[in-house]
Amino acid sequence: MRLSRVVQEVPPSGIRRLFDLVAEMDDVISLGVGEPDFLAPWRVRESAVYGLERGRGSYTSNSGLLELREAIAAHITRRDGVAYAPRDEILVTVGVSEALDLALRALLDPGDEVIVPEPCYVSYVPCVRFAAGVPVALPTRAADGFVPQAAEVERLVTPRTRALLLNYPNNPTGATMGRAELMALADVAARHDLIVISDEIYDRLSYDAAHVAFASLPGMAERTLLLNGFSKAYAMTGWRVGYAAGPAPLIAAMTKIHQYTALCANRNAQEAAIEALRHGEADVVAMVEDYDARRRVIVDGFNRLGLPCHLPAGAFYAFPSVAPTGLSAGEFTERLLREAKVAVVPGDAFGAGGEGHVRCSYAYGIGQIEEALARIGGFLERLDGFVPATVPAGEVVAAGASRPG
Amino acid sequence: MAEAERTALTRRVLRALEKDARLPVARLAVMLGADEAEVAEVVARCERAGIIRRYKTVVAWDRLDEARVTALIDVSVSPQRDVGFDQVAVRIARFPEVRSVQLVSGGSDLRVTIEGNTMHEVAEFVARKLSPIDAVTATNTHFLLRTYKEDGEVFVDEPAADGRLPVSP
Ligand SMILES: Cc1ncc(COP(=O)(O)O)c(C=O)c1O
Repeated sequence: MRLSRVVQEVPPSGIRRLFDLVAEMDDVISLGVGEPDFLAPWRVRESAVYGLERGRGSYTSNSGLLELREAIAAHITRRDGVAYAPRDEILVTVGVSEALDLALRALLDPGDEVIVPEPCYVSYVPCVRFAAGVPVALPTRAADGFVPQAAEVERLVTPRTRALLLNYPNNPTGATMGRAELMALADVAARHDLIVISDEIYDRLSYDAAHVAFASLPGMAERTLLLNGFSKAYAMTGWRVGYAAGPAPLIAAMTKIHQYTALCANRNAQEAAIEALRHGEADVVAMVEDYDARRRVIVDGFNRLGLPCHLPAGAFYAFPSVAPTGLSAGEFTERLLREAKVAVVPGDAFGAGGEGHVRCSYAYGIGQIEEALARIGGFLERLDGFVPATVPAGEVVAAGASRPG
Repeated sequence: MAEAERTALTRRVLRALEKDARLPVARLAVMLGADEAEVAEVVARCERAGIIRRYKTVVAWDRLDEARVTALIDVSVSPQRDVGFDQVAVRIARFPEVRSVQLVSGGSDLRVTIEGNTMHEVAEFVARKLSPIDAVTATNTHFLLRTYKEDGEVFVDEPAADGRLPVSP
């Protein structure tokens, strides 16, 4: 069958191959998961049960339940100090995934460029291409804490550049960006009239400093599209609710596509999301506290094993270096899986700058994290040519990723 | 360590130990990103100050078919001059079969939890020890039939399987 050239040219996700490998094996301990291990808070699940009992199953307005948009607006104002009009500056979507796709399709003409700091979430580059845009990769470095440098962003700007796509706290590196670093990017965006698409889905998972919303920077709300959702903060991945908040003309354009392609997000999940925003704060705080403890345990573990690992300030991923093994990220991942039955994700699956690192999720109970670390320790002991990096016991390799905001 | 910092660390240590009393100090220190010696010091202080009373285990005894009888008793008390309810409450609390004694608002004053091997044993305790106390004016005994949740622990086996895909973006 003849298929679209664009679709054929986009390679399948690097994670897919790994998934197939893992699926064939028994007794694998996985640190490969990109979603919370917690269940959605009971009050949220209970409200969905109640909703089903009452028969809440109709379509909602294309933009999403007004009550939910109001709750979202109040939430953003409270946390980030940015005001959005619920009626025309917020769109409820089928997760951040849909919001990102809509944004790119609404913004790009064929050949328009989007600067994407890498390593990044696996969907960014393909989504830009599906929207007929041209992704322009900006590799970031461990030495910079995987934070994009404004001067390097500026060097990539051309007359075709439309947008800068940011994701802090970051998947896969766990990097966060403080106010000063974001201000430098804001300056570039203003001077070159760029739209900033800011995927802040991990905002609540900021451990060392308060999250800074890009739209809260002076003059930035008018050129920022804020993407967020319920998948990570409220452990509601499969519920499929997210949202976009931004300038009315952009939200209107996205709504136009959304009304023809998705109609609306799941009705009952929207109702449950209202409950999450109104009453879920204590649940979020409890989950964040647990992630924080696991983060320290896994990072401490990698450093003890001789794989240097900075303490990531956000999300739920550790991103240790596998350089001391002499293996590439891909080789390391494959051998670790076959020889020690631990699944991690090679950093290069997330694009430039990820080589030499592996992404290890800590969305697992501490017992499982410990078991995985023990297996990785055994694997390293048996590995020829492994020269453990020396880190003073109990000390964490500091990198910019945990610098205060 | 500054006082405010120690107070904050103390709260975090206690919250963690309340969830898992068996956490070794070294692990606790890593989890909280704190110095091991400081954590040990905080725990020792809490023990000395009687803030940490004991390290306990939450047991679902039902699962052992243990013949245990628990009763929750609402006790009405006429408060006494100067000491209010305290003296009676402590007097009741000293009996080993009494698991907890709490002063509560509402229709009665003390809520007492008693554990015994048989219903008869519990009834005997109420008749011979509790009711005869001068200040006790009435009791209302509820035998416990089943525990669904205790100390934050739901006694229902959730499906153990992790429904997530083993690798996802
Ligand atoms: C950075 C990032 N953005 C978006 C998503 C997808 O979010 P949603 O479930 O809201 O579609 C993920 C999920 O892993 C993610 O890591």
